[in-house]
Amino acid sequence: MTLTNYLVLSGILFSIGAATVLLRRNAIIVFMGVELMLNATNLALVTFSRLHGDLTGQVMAFFVMVVAAAEVVVGLAIIVSIFRTRKSASVDDINLLKS
Amino acid sequence: MTPSTAETVLFWVLAPIMVLAASGLLFARKAVHAALCVITVMISLAFLYVAQEAPFLGVVQVVVYTGAVMMLFLFVLMLVGVDASDSLVETLKGQRWVGWLAALGLGVVLVGVVGRATYPDAVGLAEANAPGNPTGVARIIFGQHVFGLEVVGALLVTAALGALVLTHRQRLKPLVKQPERAAARVAAGARLTPLPAPGVYARHNAMDVPALDPDGNPIDESVPRVLRIRGQEAGTAEYRADTYRRAVTAVLAERGTAVTDGEVDAALGTVEDDPRPAAAPPGTTTGPTADIDLGGGSTRTETER
Repeated sequence: MTLTNYLVLSGILFSIGAATVLLRRNAIIVFMGVELMLNATNLALVTFSRLHGDLTGQVMAFFVMVVAAAEVVVGLAIIVSIFRTRKSASVDDINLLKS
Repeated sequence: MTPSTAETVLFWVLAPIMVLAASGLLFARKAVHAALCVITVMISLAFLYVAQEAPFLGVVQVVVYTGAVMMLFLFVLMLVGVDASDSLVETLKGQRWVGWLAALGLGVVLVGVVGRATYPDAVGLAEANAPGNPTGVARIIFGQHVFGLEVVGALLVTAALGALVLTHRQRLKPLVKQPERAAARVAAGARLTPLPAPGVYARHNAMDVPALDPDGNPIDESVPRVLRIRGQEAGTAEYRADTYRRAVTAVLAERGTAVTDGEVDAALGTVEDDPRPAAAPPGTTTGPTADIDLGGGSTRTETER
């Protein structure tokens, strides 16, 4: 086994996350797909950090985590406020601007 | 530097679990199951981080992602409703197929590129981690990325404020608390005291036996409304406490009136004109089988008013 396996795993996880974002309708599950993609990139960053013997990759992964936490807070607040007004968590129902 | 055998075993144990759990996120019908799948993926990732000489990130992964972010997701699932499932109506025609194709293409491209690229020999982090992994990471964060860290701090504060603002709800109606409710009840002339419990002064204190007032007459209000509407209220005659009856009988006997049941009943004024059906045996319903609308007023909570 080489470090490439980690990168392949990261790619697979990233595309599964992307598929979730594209295919699911529930806003919360879509959001979890975004989280999965962020996690996959973190795995790639950690692996590259090890590949190059440089801790900067891990620092980048750390920053990604912090930004992801902030993003989750705001995103979930948006989902909750949309749910309050529209009584729905489906991304298809949010078409106020249409027609 | 090549990964050790133990690490290889760990990877091949965890990788299928992670891919399966990620597919669970993609296919799970219920949002809670999807959240549990994501938690599995994140904890496995923490294991992989530790195996990849990044113990600090492993701990942060568990604390921040599984501990905070996913719990936040679960809380929001509780708020939004666990059964908020996907709609199966396609609003965009063919979006499902295009989505599948795009995701598959992305996966093929990523795996192909990453898998076929040539990498330099892996260096490993033994040297960089010499003073300890958290120390090494801290030197870089607080050495080269101090400004970035400050910006991230500002971002976190902004995010917290944003969440507060977004979920803030303005009070449109005055708050109704206990004093207001009491005043409204007095103004409406409604009953001010609590309802009598079923079975008070009767010979039986089951839920379907009405309480008796001082005259020995049944108080309908004491039986729960559901039982009353279903017609499951017990008849009063058989459970009526006979203390009062005995007293009246004694008084009548003192006066020398002949004592028969009918006379006592006449004296008491409790001849049952319209006997209610006796309590139904458990399991059978004598009342209407359809659901009865009990009115929104009773089930509505204070916040919804």
